Amino acid sequence: MKAKAPNRRDFLCTTGFVAVGLATGGSIILAPDYAWAMSTTSIDAHTAQTLLVMARQLFPHDRLGDQYYAAVVEAIDKQATGDAALRKLLADGVTSLDGARGIPWVELSNGARNAVLKTMEATEFFSSIRMATINNLYTNPLVYRFFGFEGSSVEHGGYVNRGFDDIGWLPNS
Amino acid sequence: MANTFELKDDSVVVVVGSGAGGGTLCNELAQRAINVVCLEAGPRLSLADIVNDNGTMFSRLSWLDKRIGTGDLNPGLPLWVCKTVGGTTMHWAGASLRFQEHEFRVRTVYGNIAGANLLDWPITLQELDPFYALAENKMGVTGTHDIPRLPGNNNFKVMAAGAKRVGYTEVHTGNMAINSRPRDDRPACHQIGFCMSGCAIGAKWSTLYTEIPRAESTGHFEIRPDSMVVKINHDDSGRVTGVVYADKTGTLHEQKARVVCVAGNAVETPRLLLNSESAKFPKGLANSSGQVGRNYMRHMTGTVYAIMPGRVNFDRGTQMAGIIKDESRHDPSRGFAGGYEMETLPGFGLAGVATNTIQGAWGPEYAKIIEMYDHFAGMWLVGEDMPQAGNGVTLHPTEKDRHGMPVPVVHFKDHANDITMRNHAYKAGTAVYRSLGATQVFELPPFPSTHNLGTCRQSVNAQDGVCNKYGQTHDIANLFISDGSQFTTGGAENPTLTIVALAIRQARYLADQLSKKEM
Repeated sequence: MKAKAPNRRDFLCTTGFVAVGLATGGSIILAPDYAWAMSTTSIDAHTAQTLLVMARQLFPHDRLGDQYYAAVVEAIDKQATGDAALRKLLADGVTSLDGARGIPWVELSNGARNAVLKTMEATEFFSSIRMATINNLYTNPLVYRFFGFEGSSVEHGGYVNRGFDDIGWLPNS
Repeated sequence: MANTFELKDDSVVVVVGSGAGGGTLCNELAQRAINVVCLEAGPRLSLADIVNDNGTMFSRLSWLDKRIGTGDLNPGLPLWVCKTVGGTTMHWAGASLRFQEHEFRVRTVYGNIAGANLLDWPITLQELDPFYALAENKMGVTGTHDIPRLPGNNNFKVMAAGAKRVGYTEVHTGNMAINSRPRDDRPACHQIGFCMSGCAIGAKWSTLYTEIPRAESTGHFEIRPDSMVVKINHDDSGRVTGVVYADKTGTLHEQKARVVCVAGNAVETPRLLLNSESAKFPKGLANSSGQVGRNYMRHMTGTVYAIMPGRVNFDRGTQMAGIIKDESRHDPSRGFAGGYEMETLPGFGLAGVATNTIQGAWGPEYAKIIEMYDHFAGMWLVGEDMPQAGNGVTLHPTEKDRHGMPVPVVHFKDHANDITMRNHAYKAGTAVYRSLGATQVFELPPFPSTHNLGTCRQSVNAQDGVCNKYGQTHDIANLFISDGSQFTTGGAENPTLTIVALAIRQARYLADQLSKKEM
């Protein structure tokens, strides 16, 4: 796989991410501080970056770093490989987002991005990305522990000796 | 030792399905030295296949063949039942409650309710009581037979404390077919959670590791997994003679039988009877009444989640960890007939809470709600719903599955009584949590139904229903209904104990009939 030499237009720095388009049609997205990177093979850099911003916009948690939302986009990308209808849904959805205000959706203010999303709630694109975000973000063991969901317990002997009844704040009457 | 039987062996009893009804019936017959072949549509798993992951187990256990839901139902997943050896006893929570006396004669007690196709059962509580006792002993139900109740987890303690504040008095950790101490070669509950994704240690009763292996050990039983029955055959006299089933590769076989017992859950059971139509039975088998597939009930259900002032971790431990029974009585002064139970229920993981708490929600406010996950408490509301002639199962006129069998269309719309009861139950559940200072309370609509009842109901008269009080069809003496499809009405209670009690009773009747050569 040969990366196109990044030029100024390939760096979409508005949101801080560094997005690099690949000649193969995929992309690499780098965190602003280069702490993590994600890659896609079936969706392009702009689509990947838009979905990354959208995933956080739908379920914004200050406690979560962007890499967990990036994992959502990678999952969508994986699903889109070999699913032309999904690729078209994604491309058309991003086009709609970008068309709403005349400039790329990711470059809008937070409030404007929300307002545009609100107008798209009834679309298949919106509901697909919403469900994909729930099903890939909140099922990630690295994510759900931030929320107090503790995941699989059988290998720890369940909770019978680990606090199944440890509630301490209930009133006595 | 497990036996095998020839396809042409017409001396066997064929049981379709291996869940609470079918699996129990198989074992009860085999213990009486009656040869049984069980045809189960799903694969045979072992405890090693059960993991603590809701998504993985949903895919591994669920019946995902196409069904079309209409009316109030989820169009793509109208019900959540299992396709595996053990059937929906893999998914069930374990609540094992007896019907109340009046729930066997609701047409008499409730009177005529417009739009409801009410009928009294042909049996009474008194007749079923001994079989309830046998079922409870078989399943190891807590709070019966000197079996201690389970300890209460945090989610139960919240519900119980709130119940006390609002004045409820019948509150405990339930009658559960989950071992509170080692019993019947199965361990005590480890408070793992994930009961409804299959119990990984076998503390919860499922036919997969109780009835099925016990039946095999008699030498009178063979189970064939991955065997989807598509048609029941009959002879010129109108007696059934065997079943046609597709094996794992889709190849069709005919298993001969002297008796056929259908226990495919309330969609597949009528689907099979309807698909077995013939010149002699143009409306489908055992359908002279026209009631096959009608009167589908799924219980009035709803869920209340609340964000509590302190941490709960409601996913820790037994999922259905306790019950409030005060609202299960019939008390028309509340504005509806019948009653409902309030039972703890957690959230099926973080993704489940994000999906279900407010359907379709997103954005910063909703993200804040999800961030309170470990403060959530939850309960499920389950009550008697009204049988309605228009709610039911039909065959799609053109769409077929991979075996050429028409796809089932499942239609359900709430009766006005169901809606009034649900609204009452939402208020009652909300009051329980508000009494403890819940900061936010959410009322969730019904999930895809896991209690599915009534589509081949029992009746005294042949024109009112499909089978008699033993589940024997009115039209065909050697064809039986052996699952929740035979329920005349649903009661307020989770149905599995009643399904098992009816299966034990049916086995005795069938064995008696066979010994007298009346079959």
